[in-house]
Formats: sequence, structure tokens, C-alpha cells
Amino acid sequence: MHVQEQELLLQIKDLRTSFRIEGKYHAAVDGINLDIHKDEVFAIVGESGSGKSATALSITQLHNMNFTRIEGDVIFDGTNLAEMNDRQLNKVRGKDISMIFQDPLTALNPLLKVGFQIEEPLVYHTNYNAAQRKSRAIELLTAVGMVNPELTYNQLPHELSGGMRQRAMIAVSLACNPKLVIADEPTTALDVTIQAQILDLLRKLQKEMKSSIILITHDLGVVAEMADRVAVMYAGQIVEVGTARQVFKNPSHPYTRSLLASIPNVGENMHRLNAIQGVVPSIRDMEREGCRFSHRIPWMSAGTHEAKPTYHEISPGHKVLCTCYQHFYFENETRKEGDK
Amino acid sequence: MALLEVKDLKVYYPIRGGILGRIVGHVKAVDGVNFTVEERQTVGLIGESGSGKSTIGKAILGLVPLAGGTIHFNGEDITRYIGKNRSAYRKSVQMIFQDVHSSLNAKKRVLDVIAEPIRNFENLTKGEERKRIDELLAIVGLSSDDAAKYPHEFSGGQRQRIGVARAIALKPKLIVADEPVSALDLSIQAQVLNYMKDVQEELGLSYLFISHDLGVVKHMCEYLTIMHNSRFVEVGQREDIYNDPVHIYTRRLITAIPSTDIDLKEENEAKRNALSDEYNREYDNYYKEGGKVYDLRPHGDSKTHFVAMP
Repeated sequence: MHVQEQELLLQIKDLRTSFRIEGKYHAAVDGINLDIHKDEVFAIVGESGSGKSATALSITQLHNMNFTRIEGDVIFDGTNLAEMNDRQLNKVRGKDISMIFQDPLTALNPLLKVGFQIEEPLVYHTNYNAAQRKSRAIELLTAVGMVNPELTYNQLPHELSGGMRQRAMIAVSLACNPKLVIADEPTTALDVTIQAQILDLLRKLQKEMKSSIILITHDLGVVAEMADRVAVMYAGQIVEVGTARQVFKNPSHPYTRSLLASIPNVGENMHRLNAIQGVVPSIRDMEREGCRFSHRIPWMSAGTHEAKPTYHEISPGHKVLCTCYQHFYFENETRKEGDK
Repeated sequence: MALLEVKDLKVYYPIRGGILGRIVGHVKAVDGVNFTVEERQTVGLIGESGSGKSTIGKAILGLVPLAGGTIHFNGEDITRYIGKNRSAYRKSVQMIFQDVHSSLNAKKRVLDVIAEPIRNFENLTKGEERKRIDELLAIVGLSSDDAAKYPHEFSGGQRQRIGVARAIALKPKLIVADEPVSALDLSIQAQVLNYMKDVQEELGLSYLFISHDLGVVKHMCEYLTIMHNSRFVEVGQREDIYNDPVHIYTRRLITAIPSTDIDLKEENEAKRNALSDEYNREYDNYYKEGGKVYDLRPHGDSKTHFVAMP
């Protein structure tokens, strides 16, 4: 589509987020560059430990800064968030950039009424009076599909079902018409039918409000249904980035291809799934030289990897890290060739 | 003869109220379900949270008292002996749990975790026991050195494989697997599922596979039961359910799965919306008053495919 014409909303430049463990800093996010455009859904996908949540929390510095070090630039709408202090950031958090968390039961305050929690960002960021705030809250509750918004306004989170709670959470995040919503695994805790409803709702609201969403998830199906563009993360790096169409139609990095092959598919029958050997390395004993995925595809010879992996643009906007994608084949494919 | 035959199973949880904690009512968690598990078969039990699917698993293991119904194992009525400590039935039916972090005792070495069921039922010498454990570890792809380690030294997928090794330690006939892979990452999930299939072939096991993930269930199970509101809404062979779903709940469940095929994006959304409208409009045609599910009846002249319709 019109990739070039799109306006830039958020630019992440060489972001490096490190956590202190036993006195030493280890990078969980290791040099990430990302451009998020206006009015798009951008998905970051990867397994647990790949650094996708750490990236998202670094944008508005929601980490515990006592043992976290964030380096690099985060340029949001012309200003560099990385240079801001907490007080300045508080003017952005919840207003221009808001978050939706995975578990609404822990993210919502169990002692406060839903209505109050929706009004909270309005108290900080707008000059609305009490009546205006209430009408805005009711408007939001209606927008997120509450059957009886007046009733929900006065309910406590525990009185709502999981799906309804997540809707309330979305209402909170949309209260100030944010330019960017960061949704961290918004549907992981929900049943599949409820998940479909919440995703449809998010997409509808995103189109109406023309805001951007950074969607963090481990579910490739959710990405395919929701995202305009996708970044696949592995061990703190982006290994593949492109439009959803490019990444799903022409998955190129061995990690992306292996992930897609390991999904038990509803469509087709197969006897064995394509499991990836080994595990995602922990940030303490991560190999930081060379291709980080190489030890999970040991049948690929060392010569297929780059010593210092770089990005290769295989079609406009579709980039892949390291040269191993050019030679990659699945382990069982060789066996087949050997049989013949 | 079926390995496991469950007839009209009912499990009610008491609701206690008042200062004396008297029972003031019941939650009907499972309200009359029938199914059988054949030898070497994998039966899938699918439903959303709160549908009662885990309760069925617990009832079969004797972990919750039954409010009604019978359970036959190998033709024998074991309903009364089910909770008895060292019965043969206890040995023949084992469980794999969802949460790999709480289902292995953190203070025990892997050796002791896996040996525990063996020590409960069999008198083996130290050497024999060690040999058995090495065999079990080899089956799930771990080395015999791992026996001396503690659970926290392993990743999630490896822990779940230890869970599998423990479940097969007594060479059971049936394993109840309650969401065995839903806490695992995609690539790890594939590893564990592959091992579960290998183990099944090697030992001739049957699985009762409880899950909410229709993709995983399709991969693992030949026979499926779909549960909603404490009852089965549809049961049948894998092909019956996936190619010809009849009940509105089953159809909604199948269309709700996000697909990785990006060309189907719009089509899927349209399908979902249409079904959602139909669900709201025709709810009363599929459920009795109060959301109660009808009894199962054959779909057309099929011998395997049953649907709960009036």
C-alpha cells in the first residue's frame, strides 16, 4: 500500500534496555530500530524472553529504573522521550501514549469503581469538570460495547467477566484520545470467542480514532488478523520486519519460518509438528556475537551465518537479519533428500 | 469394550452461606455427560473457562466427589473405589498438569519427583529404580544426568517433559492431560506434543486431552467433545466436528480461531460477525430455558456425530 506516504509517529533508534542482575547489566533489548506510522497497527511478535514486552515498556520508561538502564532515542511526535524525566513523562503517559495490559484483573484497581478508573486520566490530563468526565466515561463504556454503561460505571472490576474487564481496560486507555496505544498481550488471558470480540473491537476503535496500536503478542494468528506491519523478535533483536502480507506470505528468517511451522493448524493434518530445538537463551548467558538463532538450527553450517549480522532488504520495507535465511531448510527436509 | 466408560456423570460443588457455612445451593459444574475412551485413543475435551472440562478430569481421577453417574474402567465399576488410595485404578490413571511451575515439587530432585509414584506402588531396589528412571528420562528426551538436578534448573518445556515422565512411570493405561501445553511457548509446545504422541505409540496409552485450543486438539485427538454450560453440545470424530460443525457454539468456536492465512482476514471477520448475530438471534433454538443444553442426538444418520439439539 502507501508505505512511503505514511507519516511517522514514533521512531525508536538503537534502543538498548538492560536489567541489572547480580551487579551486572544484561541487555534484554539489544539495539532495536523501529518506525511506527500514524494510523497503523504494528505487531511485535516473539516467544517469552524475546524482549518484546521490555521494548514496549521502554517507550514510556515504565520499567523500575532502579535496576534498568535504557539507552537510545525514542522520538515520539517530534520530542525525544528518552531525554525526559518522570514528571515530563507523566504528561505523556495515559494521554498521548496509553497501555492495555494482559491481565485486567491485576491492572485495574479492585477497590475503585470502573467509572472512577476511566475518569482518572481525565482528571490528570484535561480540564473537564465532574459532569463532563462522567459523560465522557459513559460515552467510552458505550463505545467499547458495554450493554449497560450506566450500570457498569458504578460497578467494581470483580463484578465483571474477563472479557468485560478487558473492555473496561480499553475504555481507560482510550479516555484521552491517545495517539498511540500499546497493547501488551491484550487477549492472552481470554477465551477464544471473547478474544475474537476484543480484537474486532480494537480494530474498529483504531479505525475510528485514527490512532496507532503497538500490539505485543506471541500468537501469530492474532498478528495476521490484526496487524498492518510486523516485527519478529528473537533474543532482544528484531530478526524480521515487514508488512503483515510480506511476513506471512514470504516468511524468510529461519525463526519466523520455524514458528509458523510449529503451529498445530486447524486447516491441515500432519503427524508431527515442527518443533524448534533448544530454548530461547536467558539474557545472562546469551551469545552476543554472530547470529543468535544459530544454535537452534545447528544443522546449518557456520558459513551460512554472518559474523556480524546485518539487515538485508528483500523487498521494499521487508528486512531480514543475517544471511542464513538465504540457505535455510528444515532439518527433516534433508532427511527426505537423503532417503531418495 | 471401552477402556473408560463414563455414564451420566454429575459433579456439583456446594455453595456455602451464612455464619455456619451451611450448604445453601449447588453449582452444577458437570451435569450429566456420557463418553467413552477406547484403548490407544485420544479424546479431546474442549470448552471455555468455566465450562466444567477440568472438573470432568478431576472426577475421573477421583479428586472430587461425584453427585451422580458411574465410571467403568476396563468393564469394572470403579465409582465406589475411585478415591481409595492404593487401588489398581489409581495406578492405571495418571495426570499431566497445566502449570509446570507448581506441579513439580521445587524441593525434590527430578529423580525423586519421577520416583514418587514408583515408590508408592512398587518395591524396587535402588538400582532397579534408577534404571527405570533413566529409561523414563530417555523416553522424554532428557539425559540420565538430569535426574540429579532440581526442577528450577529446567526450562518450561523440559519441566513439562518431566511431568510426562512422571505420569508414565507406572505404565498407566490412561492419562488425563489438563491443558498440558497452554502455558508453553509455541516452539516448546510443539516439542511436548511430539513427545506425548511418541509416548502414546510406545506404551499404547489413551489420553483424555483437555484444552481450549482447537488447533492443538485437532492435532492430537481423533475424537472430540465440545462442552458448554456443564454439558456436551457436540461430540464426534475429528472430521465430523471440523468439517461439519452443527451446533452454533461449535461453529462460533471454530470461526473464532485467528488464522495465519492473511488472505482470509476479511472473510473470517465477516463470518464471525454473521455467526455472532445468528448466535444472539437464534440462541433460544439451541438452548433450553436458562441456557441449559439439550440432550445429544445423532446428527442425520451418523453413528459417530452427535449434537445437542431439540
